[in-house]
Amino acid sequence: MSGVRVLVGTRKGAFVLRSDGKRDQWDVSGPHFPGWEIYHLKGSPADQDRLYASQSNGWFGQLIQRSDDGGASWEAVGNDFSYQGEAGTHQWYDGTPHPWEFARVWHLEPSLDDPDTVYAGVEDAGLFRSADGGKHWEELPGLRGHESGPSWQPGAGGMCLHTIILDPSSPGRIFTAISAAGAFRSDDGGQTWRPVNQGLRSEGIPDPAAEVGHCVHRLAMHPSRPSVLYMQKHWDVMRSDDAGESWHEVSGDLPTDFGFPIDVHAHEPETVYVVPITSDSHHFPPEGKLRVYRSRTGGDEWEPLTKGLPQEHCYVNVLRDAMAVDSLDSCGVYFGTTGGQVYASPDAGDSWVPIVRDLPAVLSVEVQTLP
Amino acid sequence: MTGHADVIRVVLPAHLRTLARVQGEVELQVPGRVTQCAVLDALEARYPMLRGTIRDQRTGKRRAFIRFFACEEDLSHEQPDVPLPEAVAAGAEPYLIVGAMAGG
Repeated sequence: MSGVRVLVGTRKGAFVLRSDGKRDQWDVSGPHFPGWEIYHLKGSPADQDRLYASQSNGWFGQLIQRSDDGGASWEAVGNDFSYQGEAGTHQWYDGTPHPWEFARVWHLEPSLDDPDTVYAGVEDAGLFRSADGGKHWEELPGLRGHESGPSWQPGAGGMCLHTIILDPSSPGRIFTAISAAGAFRSDDGGQTWRPVNQGLRSEGIPDPAAEVGHCVHRLAMHPSRPSVLYMQKHWDVMRSDDAGESWHEVSGDLPTDFGFPIDVHAHEPETVYVVPITSDSHHFPPEGKLRVYRSRTGGDEWEPLTKGLPQEHCYVNVLRDAMAVDSLDSCGVYFGTTGGQVYASPDAGDSWVPIVRDLPAVLSVEVQTLP
Repeated sequence: MTGHADVIRVVLPAHLRTLARVQGEVELQVPGRVTQCAVLDALEARYPMLRGTIRDQRTGKRRAFIRFFACEEDLSHEQPDVPLPEAVAAGAEPYLIVGAMAGG
């Protein structure tokens, strides 16, 4: 029987949640790597048992863990993330030049067809790739070396490359997003890059329509229609119909268009999910009500999804990498909160149940759909 | 001191014991002069998963929140190629790798 495996990264370890296709009974394993920050873990689309995890803390730095048995056991692999060539500088918060310094891996994106190839998005913003299962990492320096690089500035959470999307229809096309530089696209496998931020407006930067400098929080794509991208920006929910060449706002009737994650229904490319958050200074849901909003029209028209979610006194946040969908016939939607809950909806968002309630703050949620 | 056959005892912090899959002290043979650098080289050769967790892999610089103690002395700021105390080199006292006290 088909099933799902939900991979949860938290402030104090990783958890693996398993269920059959009904998604009403869950087996919870973990914490794996207890006490460590697990910014992200993700499975290979080409091998369901190959998982990668980013493990770090302030004392001992960055580790990459690999599992070849679906998370039952793990092996520490390579953790040397050295920028290629002269590291150079970017702008610091005060506008002065600041040397590029590796801090951690925010996001791991396994190749669509090779279990041994995996990309890593890091802070300070850079893109690395391993072709040997994580043993060795090499930077793709064209992104950090873009002519705009010296002008990039960190967002409040650091200058992180947090989103990597591999285009299934164009093998050389990769999208990345950096806080607070914006979205970038490569059409040659990551060798060269250009910003794709036309149409974004950010009031917090000197030129609101600048080519770079936007605090993009998350990008999402439906694999069947890779030219359509959705974006949750610091403020504004955006959409592109031309692979990032231009963007238009689709915040529509959302109660607030600030937020972090955004995702797309597995079978309906026009069905999109966001979690509105009050503001950049109030990182909790409006009115203390945890509501996922769903648009079935590709944006602009949104409906609140509340069944099973707390509708009073709820002041958690949902971070950018903490939402995912499965691809079962009835699309499952999952998200984790900074309060340690992981909610699941087996009916595309119509109703929600907490799989777990009391984990450490959730940093990331990914889902594997198992045959 | 040009050579040494004694076993060097190393105490790792709990997270690194878990990572290296060891319990209690680690015992190492350290060829040549017993310096901090030589001990860490031997430690990382035996347990490659510890590379980068104690010192930078490229520069060898101690990570900010790591401390090195031995014989009730803080050796964290000593040069890495200075010989360790004879009691450590002789295996009478352990070399302690410590995670600095900090919240979180």
